[in-house]
Amino acid sequence: MNPPDARDAREPDAREPDARALPPNASPLERRPNILGVGVGLVLVAVLVPLLIGRSSYAMSLAINVTLLALISSGVWLTFAIGRINIAQGGFALLGAYLTAVLETRFALPFWLVLPLSGLGAALVGALIGWPILRLRGVYFSMLTLSLTEAARLAALNGGDLTHGASGIPNLPTPFTGENGYLGLYAVSVTLLLGGVLVLHRLTLTPIGGVFRALQQDEHLASSLGIPVARYRTLAFALCCGFGGLGGSLFAVFLQSVYPTSFTVTDSTNFMLYCFLGGLGQVLGPLVGSLGLFLGFQALSGLGAYQSLIYAALMIAAMMVLPNGLLSLRLPRRRDAPALEAHP
Amino acid sequence: MTQVLLNGLMLSGTYTLIALGLTLIFALMNITNFAHGQLYVFGGFFTYYIFGSFKLPFPIALLGSALGAALLGVVLERFLFKPVLRRSAREESTLLLAVGSALLLDSLALVLFGEKQRGVPDVVSGIFRVGDAYLPARRLLVFAVAVGLTAAFLLFMQYTRPGRALRAIAQDREAASLQGVNVSNYATLGFALGAALAGLAGGLLIATEAVNAGAGTLASIKAFTMVMIGGAGVVSGAILGAVVLAFAEAIGYYLFPGSLPYLFILLGLMVFLLFRPQGILGRRWG
Repeated sequence: MNPPDARDAREPDAREPDARALPPNASPLERRPNILGVGVGLVLVAVLVPLLIGRSSYAMSLAINVTLLALISSGVWLTFAIGRINIAQGGFALLGAYLTAVLETRFALPFWLVLPLSGLGAALVGALIGWPILRLRGVYFSMLTLSLTEAARLAALNGGDLTHGASGIPNLPTPFTGENGYLGLYAVSVTLLLGGVLVLHRLTLTPIGGVFRALQQDEHLASSLGIPVARYRTLAFALCCGFGGLGGSLFAVFLQSVYPTSFTVTDSTNFMLYCFLGGLGQVLGPLVGSLGLFLGFQALSGLGAYQSLIYAALMIAAMMVLPNGLLSLRLPRRRDAPALEAHP
Repeated sequence: MTQVLLNGLMLSGTYTLIALGLTLIFALMNITNFAHGQLYVFGGFFTYYIFGSFKLPFPIALLGSALGAALLGVVLERFLFKPVLRRSAREESTLLLAVGSALLLDSLALVLFGEKQRGVPDVVSGIFRVGDAYLPARRLLVFAVAVGLTAAFLLFMQYTRPGRALRAIAQDREAASLQGVNVSNYATLGFALGAALAGLAGGLLIATEAVNAGAGTLASIKAFTMVMIGGAGVVSGAILGAVVLAFAEAIGYYLFPGSLPYLFILLGLMVFLLFRPQGILGRRWG
């Protein structure tokens, strides 16, 4: 990792060293986004959404989709924050979905117990797998995590009586029934998402956040300073997988079914792209990215067979034009320039 | 058992071409070409159209696959990777771009070629008996062509001027540039060459089995597996990784039903990387 580039993926609140790059007339207040304001704004939006579109179940299902995708992607954001490109999240979402399905159908546990268990289970498996594979770095880690998503699909396909192979587990019980079913699911999803984002935000302000930034910039240096590198990167990865498990679990009850193809390599790459296009530097990046890309994809549905082609082309164009993500749009231009030219 | 070993051997020929292409691009530009499997699928479809639909000779179809994939590679390198590499050296940017280009080619393949499985009529007919095993002549032909192409590639890299330049860039980009190697043009050539190898592998594959537009991701995963086993950026490692994966696959499909072999291969890969994160022949990473 090159330290000069690392600033792009840092938290807004850790930008003090970069303040020198600001034009001198910028007031210090402009540098720090108003966290309280942003938080209140988010909660307001979250409450307003069902008030505005609650009558349309299609619109509500879109809102639930975006919320859950953002929840899952927020986990991936955390692995970006420790300098790893993680393409395994689809696998852990699949794990969470299957945990939910198996615990609900086989052990008849109530959903309110199953949801946290699915998140915990995914986090635990993430810690077990993450401990060894996080020794890999760069493209090796990415290639292996991509294979991990495929391995999860194959495991679900070959799980015998537990997963029922390709036919999956349909007709999952859900607590969100009736007229206000979507509203309930949306409320739970939004609460988890905002809670998760808050946890991530607070985490980056604690000493652990500092450790994560150190890991992103130089693991060897961090290790030589006495930081137990392996423990912290496993913690970040396990948290990431926990987000994936929770999101997968909610998706399973949302769709009331789970199949080996519920989350595939394409989903894993999408989670990663949501983070990137939203902005790796901000904790809200995954939320913005999921919103923009998922709704963008839906908006193109009129194009039929060309939908994913145009979508992919637009996404690549966005990557080329906005290398720091959609959220970098609101920053003054002069701020971006040094970051881009750091490596001529 | 002879049949299993024979299958592994035949498979290792085409797999070597795929792994060589991926490792070449990796060594030259430090880019993991996530679209490698998609280039391979495109190569397969080019041969399908030239040989299967237009009834032109198979060698011309293979040439078409190589050129077509190389052209796609040049477009990717010139218009996507080069501008982004120039602007930022951040690892994330190129990797995500590679992933994006894979998505783009995937959907392009679906639009252009449709969802159907495609195969071509036998290039050569006949079947050989080796001990108690059977060997269709077309598979032998594919293997022989793949070995020939691998040899040609190795000779090209070893003895020609462009080959030497490419190796110099892989060893040290800046030093190569200081010696007067036009790094920018040779990087494009290397990307085209890597893509052409993937295209050739695809063209050869369709002579032995059917291809569909969605096969790219799995092919990419196979390519990554081979490169991780052997060691990224090392030519001998790519060949070794291809042989190991081909035999593991042949033996796996003999022992286990359905998709179980690949689950074991991927789990085995993870355990293997615990002990040797840089692959069998790779340099220490990081």
